[in-house]
Amino acid sequence: MPATPAVKIFGVGNAGVSLLTALTVPEFAAAHLIAVNTEAASLAASAAPMKIQLENKLLRGLGTGGDPDRGRAVAEEQFSTLKSACDGANIVFILAGLGGGAGSGISPVLARAAREAGAVVLAFVTIPFECEGNRREAQAQQSLEQLKAAADGVICLPSQKVFKLIDENTSVCDTFRVIGGLLVEGVRGVWQLLARPGLIQVHFADVCALVRDRHAENGFAFVEAGGPGRAREVVEKLLAHPLLDAGRVLAESDAVLVSLTGGKDLTMAEVNRVMEQIKRQCGHAQIIMGAAIDAAFTNRLCVTVIAAKQNVASKLAVTRTETQGGISTGLSQRDTTVTRGTRTRRAKEKLFQPQLPLAIVSKGRFDKSEPTLHNGEDLDIPTFLRRGVPLN
Amino acid sequence: MFDDSNIIVGLELGTSKICVVVGEQNADSGVNIIGLGQARSRGVRKGAIINTEQVEEDLRAAVAEAETMADVEIRSVYLGVSGGHVRGFNNRGVHPVVSADREISADDVADVVKNAKAINLPAENMVIHAVRQHFLVDGHDGVTQPVGMLGSRLEVDMHVIHGNANQMQNAIRLVKGTQLEVNEIVFNGMAASLALLTGEQKELGALVIDIGGGTTEYVVHSDGVIRHAGVLAVGGDHVSNDLAYGLKVPLSRAEKLKLEYGSALVTEAAKGQTISITNDLGLELRRVNVEHLQRIMSLRLEEIFHLIAQELDRAQLTDYLRAGVFLCGGGSRVPGIVQLAENSFQMNVTPGHASAISGLTTALDQPEFAAAIGLVKYGSLRNRKRPASRSLATIGGLTDAFRRILPR
Repeated sequence: MPATPAVKIFGVGNAGVSLLTALTVPEFAAAHLIAVNTEAASLAASAAPMKIQLENKLLRGLGTGGDPDRGRAVAEEQFSTLKSACDGANIVFILAGLGGGAGSGISPVLARAAREAGAVVLAFVTIPFECEGNRREAQAQQSLEQLKAAADGVICLPSQKVFKLIDENTSVCDTFRVIGGLLVEGVRGVWQLLARPGLIQVHFADVCALVRDRHAENGFAFVEAGGPGRAREVVEKLLAHPLLDAGRVLAESDAVLVSLTGGKDLTMAEVNRVMEQIKRQCGHAQIIMGAAIDAAFTNRLCVTVIAAKQNVASKLAVTRTETQGGISTGLSQRDTTVTRGTRTRRAKEKLFQPQLPLAIVSKGRFDKSEPTLHNGEDLDIPTFLRRGVPLN
Repeated sequence: MFDDSNIIVGLELGTSKICVVVGEQNADSGVNIIGLGQARSRGVRKGAIINTEQVEEDLRAAVAEAETMADVEIRSVYLGVSGGHVRGFNNRGVHPVVSADREISADDVADVVKNAKAINLPAENMVIHAVRQHFLVDGHDGVTQPVGMLGSRLEVDMHVIHGNANQMQNAIRLVKGTQLEVNEIVFNGMAASLALLTGEQKELGALVIDIGGGTTEYVVHSDGVIRHAGVLAVGGDHVSNDLAYGLKVPLSRAEKLKLEYGSALVTEAAKGQTISITNDLGLELRRVNVEHLQRIMSLRLEEIFHLIAQELDRAQLTDYLRAGVFLCGGGSRVPGIVQLAENSFQMNVTPGHASAISGLTTALDQPEFAAAIGLVKYGSLRNRKRPASRSLATIGGLTDAFRRILPR
């Protein structure tokens, strides 16, 4: 395994390609950016150094027309092109907006191609707004399931959740910029974890072990704070973050990746404080953390959290889609048996009574009163529950 | 005309009890507690009124009891307020001395105090107290009386305690509805510290924690002035609620268990011990582990202390508390709480006793009444500040009336 892993970042579909533009900054100079789309116009506008246009007679140069089946068909046709584009990469990031034709259709195929080329695949995708209609939502959901089955990890951002981050007056342009910004922050968080010289180094192998074969849906959050109280502020922001459902996502996850970036003045005590809080939230999850130093971050502290959620329901769904073979059209027999083999082994070691997500704790006599919030904790909930002290 | 100007009454609308304390001011302006009335409070949660009718009923009962005991008619009260909405912070007012000879006049002092009170509060909040800490003349700290000094720049540090206006008005209206006048509203935490601390202790620096039914107030005195004040909307009710949830017993039963077996620390004797809960007929329903009970309690109380300690750390006041910590309120009756507080704060902890006042020892010895007794003390201090010689009672009455009309 090389010291610095080779990273390739794919932007797929119109959304993905434009997201890729946001990554053409010196920070990502070491990564190969590759734009993949069916429409020539969008590729022409892209600043990515490498572009792949997927084209066949069926499309007649008009793009997929919002049909993921066409996208998939054309990607399957040019499977070898995609696979060769992934050659030599240790990690492949896929950026896409699900719901349309190209992003939803091509991404799962690309993920499979990248895995066959021997890379760890992480997909960063958005799911359309509810107002965009049922069809796009259904397509996005279907594609997300396929992507979960094909990629090692999927970091999914439902656009609807962005409403919690924007106010009434935010323009449409700004809203999409916020969504794009969030995804890019996710990529950056993982990227920094791998590329930056760390106070606490994260090994590539750690990340692989965390995401490989999980096929999980991930929640992520990026927060930043400055000033002397930054460690505390960061934790507060993190726990209040809408994308983490006020910390609920952390509690449900079974693996959490935390990347801290600070200036030269980042102290161990701050790292410790942040991690302690996250740990408390996470319960029994496996935590991988990295702390990196960047001169530009003096007096600031950024924390990126990626939480891998693996619930029983999604695991079943993944198995079902694969065994039916509905989507894994190009999956070779050898590959299927290997993944299935590992899955049954995993299932065996994870044979435990699943806990229902009983997030609602009765507050007894304070049920109807205004909650007593202090640093994001509801003090009306019994202390022993919040601290997780066992009584037996 | 019946003159009741030497009768001072403190009223606290608490979460667990409504309490009226009657004090009589002596000729030498000392104050003596002569009556006490209390009623179980049913209409208050976490320090906020949720059922006006019940509160009014309980208030009437408490007032009647106090009137009988003290053999006086209560006309006006000093009303204690609290609740999670009450906050305190330090503010500094600045005023340039403009007179030609640079001598600081009383007007300058009034101006600087006014400036310090002009603070940026949320629209729905109002100031309860603005307590003067000390003056600075040309940046020199620690001036207590600047009038007559020379200087070009006068500053004052004040501690401003403010709270939600509507919630406090609710309490005031309710009291007025029972034909009682409200002389003034006073923050309960401040009242408790008045009752508990002697001048010496205030000088040394002390933290007073009043653990009530629904709220916990804390006030820090140092160098003889209030340095910090705040409220946590957590109290004995929360302990009971935690027990009800954790031990799976009804709330009323949890309350009883708390009083009977509660402890702030898990005692050796409790380890492995169980108690049986019986129904009305004496049949055993189930058994409850005492160790669990005490652990649940201990965690909650420890958290309260921890949050206060954190707050003081943030305000950088921990090192100023040379007289230590003083506990009062019903929560300070929990066995072992002094030990727990000592562990949490790492300093001397004293269970509260209203030592700054004289009178009925039965009242003074009970930590629950500290705040109400403090209200009486506050009233007596206020009375003393007024002109002592009041030859014409009517004029006194008139100025009082004006005082009430004029906004604070």
